[in-house]
Amino acid sequence: MFINNLKILFHQGKQFIPDVTTTEVPGVFRGRPVITDVACNEQQLIDLCPTGAISGNPLRIDLGRCTFCGECAFACPEKIRFTKDYKLSSNIRERLVVSGDQPIEVDADKVRAEIHKLFGRSLKLREVSAAGDNSCEWELNATSNVNFDMGRFGIDFVASPRHADGIVVTGPISENMAEALEICYQATPDPKILILAGTDAISGGIFANSPALNRSFLDKYKVDLYVPGNPVHPLAFVNGVLSLVRGKK
Amino acid sequence: MDYITIKNNQRIAFAEIPVLDYDTFYKTLTDNLLNQSDAHCVNYYGVQADKGVQLICCIAHDKAQNISVLSTIVSKSDTLQSITATYPAFHLFEREIHENFGIGFSGHPWLKPVRYPHKAADRSATIADYPFYKIDSEELHEVGVGPIHAGIIEPGHFRFICNGEQILHLEIQLGYQHRGIETLFLQKNNLLQRATLAENIAGDTVIGHSTAFANAWESLCGFTPDRQLQIERAFALENERIAIHTGDLSGICTDIAYQLGNSVFGRLRTPVINYFQRWAGNRFAKGLIRPGKTNFGLTADLTKQWLEMIAAYRPDFVEMANQTFDLPSVLSRIERTGIVEPETAQRIGMVGMAARASNVARDIRASHPWGYYTSIQYQPVTEPVGDVYCRARIRHDEILRSIDMMTEMIDSMDYKPQTATPLTKAAADSFVVSLVEGWRGEICHCAITDANGELKHYKIKDPSFHNWLGLALAVRNNEISDFPICNKSFDLSYSGHDL
Ligand code: SF4
Repeated sequence: MFINNLKILFHQGKQFIPDVTTTEVPGVFRGRPVITDVACNEQQLIDLCPTGAISGNPLRIDLGRCTFCGECAFACPEKIRFTKDYKLSSNIRERLVVSGDQPIEVDADKVRAEIHKLFGRSLKLREVSAAGDNSCEWELNATSNVNFDMGRFGIDFVASPRHADGIVVTGPISENMAEALEICYQATPDPKILILAGTDAISGGIFANSPALNRSFLDKYKVDLYVPGNPVHPLAFVNGVLSLVRGKK
Repeated sequence: MDYITIKNNQRIAFAEIPVLDYDTFYKTLTDNLLNQSDAHCVNYYGVQADKGVQLICCIAHDKAQNISVLSTIVSKSDTLQSITATYPAFHLFEREIHENFGIGFSGHPWLKPVRYPHKAADRSATIADYPFYKIDSEELHEVGVGPIHAGIIEPGHFRFICNGEQILHLEIQLGYQHRGIETLFLQKNNLLQRATLAENIAGDTVIGHSTAFANAWESLCGFTPDRQLQIERAFALENERIAIHTGDLSGICTDIAYQLGNSVFGRLRTPVINYFQRWAGNRFAKGLIRPGKTNFGLTADLTKQWLEMIAAYRPDFVEMANQTFDLPSVLSRIERTGIVEPETAQRIGMVGMAARASNVARDIRASHPWGYYTSIQYQPVTEPVGDVYCRARIRHDEILRSIDMMTEMIDSMDYKPQTATPLTKAAADSFVVSLVEGWRGEICHCAITDANGELKHYKIKDPSFHNWLGLALAVRNNEISDFPICNKSFDLSYSGHDL
């Protein structure tokens, strides 16, 4: 039996990604879009987008609302191209609105000093799925698996809000989860951070304006990090959190 | 006739569905349709009608490979004779109708709310004070868990009544995930929005639900996908099955603290979901399935990549599975744990993988095939006992089965360019039932169009809707510490249930 286990371990080889900040994702990942100044029928793209993420003059995409379906890039490939850049996170909501070809960044000057000081080397997070569809949840679980291995940076998900330094919210926040989310947030000791993971959490996504949602939680508390994606890619999450807590190099 | 018999994805005029008085409706179901051993209810729901509420019931016959549809028009103030009293599988359907319209059912064991939806008939009730089964006893105690759980999973509330460590009763209250999807299907009137909604019903079943929607919509439009597109959808559906089944085996190992299995199955899932990213740019295949077209036609190069990926996956998977299912410390935790007897599974109307693990051979790929599945004779895999072991083992069997099936699919692909004919408008005043066997089980979408060919009603049923009661019964008389593995072995959807 022991021999079997050794064999299995040997057959697995090394699975972790050595550098999660520079690794290239396989295939045709739809990450940060690049928007050119080629002329196009802007209105057609605006009307096409299922979540109203596109606005015109000049053409911009709000990654907080985009579901990354890629339809706009199929409709007008000269204008919009999705790159494999998974660094999509920012602490400033407006930064998620992209035009041209600029990297999306965390503005270190606007991060509370205590975040760098207290959480730079160890961060424990409590995840709350508030009507998330279970894809972001799977991806956040994946951040801790042997491939992405977020634990090596001292960042872990924990079971209780009492043990946590912050809350990660997925999902558009249903009326029926609003109270539980509030209680969980209150149960987390100060100082704490708040992260919205995924398009549904950031803007409601395709569910925005549904009568079954109650997003008033977000009117009350300051969000420290937005991680776009539908679902968030584990690399987008790991990189976003790292740039939030580590501050300037 | 008291009912009309149709095929999966067969469009009919809505007016062709017979409208019976409730007594005849009840008798047709209980004396005739449900008496047949291969029959079960795939959907039963209410639609607002001019005078009252039209209740539509769809009974699938697995041997005859067809679906009987019948209806009745009742008033919101009616109290009807409950079908649940004879056929417990109806309990949740009747509760949902009661919750949405206020219709009563006499003889129903408990018409408690299902999900506290935004359009409930009684808006005064809130999820915070849901009713639950209580017991007065000095010896017994209650354990409440959730809605937020220890891990990164969806919310739901579990309330146990225990005798010491032993679970006597479990009640599951869901609804926390309710996003109003069925309402949004009508409000969002462009096709891309609806396709986006379909792939967000349950983010772990993107292919399952978005294919059910695409099939339904295409049938309303009289569109038949070409052979290549049909194969590609089946290919995607089976790849989703392999990915999630592998991830779930990892989860089961986690819950019995078997670290090696957790790590190895966990990392084996990665190349399978990354394949979706290679194919369509998203690890959960969001964006892949679109009614009437595909943006990501499979190429010979992509199928070659799949064959290479799976050639590396298969030996490592088999090695790890052999070790897991041979290890006494694993077996002692999963054998004879969380049993759902075959008779129980049948009676409560369980579906999908969990039903097959209880020896109920229900599988839409075999009984109501669509697209590619009509060209093969799929034989469902079953396991005899219905314990956690069987629900784990069946994942192993189905993964290998899917690998073989996908390999055969690749042999029959011609990679011809996709049909470019755009979808026409949906037919007016029509009705269609769309069934797809997702990795969890039977997904059912029912659509009704109005006189202008616009969606008038859209009903979604995730397999979890049938199976949550199976979990509640499985844990009876088990140790409460075994609840996590029982739960994981079903791996039911909260969002798919709550909609
Ligand atoms: S990729 Fe984003 S911006 Fe483009 S159509 Fe889809 S949701 Fe809209």
